[in-house]
Amino acid sequence: MTKPVDKTLKVSPEFFPLTEVATRFVNQLAQCRRLGFEVKEASEHHVLIELPYSQDIIGDPDTGVIHGGVITTLIDTGCGCAVVCAILDKFESLELSPTLDLRVDYMRPAEPNKAVYVFAECYRLTSSVAFTRAIAYQDSIDRPVAHAVGSFMRISPEMIGEDFRQALMGNLPKEQQ
Amino acid sequence: MNEQANASGVHDIVQRAIATNDYSYLLEKVPYSQFIGMSVERFGDEMVFKLPAKDDNIGNPILPAIHGGVIAGFMEMSAIVQLMVFMQAKQVPKIVDFSIDYLRAGLHQDSFAECKITRQGRRVANVSINCWQSNRKQLIATARAHFLLE
Repeated sequence: MTKPVDKTLKVSPEFFPLTEVATRFVNQLAQCRRLGFEVKEASEHHVLIELPYSQDIIGDPDTGVIHGGVITTLIDTGCGCAVVCAILDKFESLELSPTLDLRVDYMRPAEPNKAVYVFAECYRLTSSVAFTRAIAYQDSIDRPVAHAVGSFMRISPEMIGEDFRQALMGNLPKEQQ
Repeated sequence: MNEQANASGVHDIVQRAIATNDYSYLLEKVPYSQFIGMSVERFGDEMVFKLPAKDDNIGNPILPAIHGGVIAGFMEMSAIVQLMVFMQAKQVPKIVDFSIDYLRAGLHQDSFAECKITRQGRRVANVSINCWQSNRKQLIATARAHFLLE
């Protein structure tokens, strides 16, 4: 399956085989479908997700700037997804880790009519906690819209139902299972 | 009233909400608060914000539970409204940082929030926000935020 080349953002989903699982994970979350999140890349080290601009999520009607809460949702999803990918790679198990805490610093308002991206990393994984950090940006990661750190609690893989496991892992190419 | 609310427009909207004791009017002006479906009720000096159970707000489909980001957005918007009403704001406060601790899963049911303006200076305000569901003493999340006022 070939995807059209994105000219505004250089991504290489083919180079990062966890992109498919990450896409499926994000699509399982109703709020993320509603917001139109799209996973651009995912690896054991990082996740890159796009949030398209929409009138529905404006926080300041005077300027058309999107609400901080949407940025928080994007970051929480990015970090959570990075944890899923890191655990999948390191322990070959599928776990859904709830957020313990999240701290977001808003550097500048997101420009209206433009997508926002989040680059999230799980930079430390222990037996019970996953530590993450993320940057939300538009044109360049060097001009962040927001910067965040968050920690996630690891829970037993048995907490995941068979339906959810199938939705994420079913019919994947061999090398990605 | 001017549809495209400018600085004084915001003030008018806040004044009108206070005068009529109808704060839904304030929330209607912000598309995101409609998007998540939140509402507010004022009881004297106290304001309680409500986020009704809504399928689109679900994050974890297994429990099911509300997306953590939606809870955060709901709490952030609650703090903004609280500040605007109690400061009689002339403009919308700008978020500087937001820090949230999740204490319990936010189940697929109605959620409520209350805010406390911990400190309000000339330029910046510190607000703490608590969120609960069926029992006010069993918080599902607690948060703290800074806003620029000028």
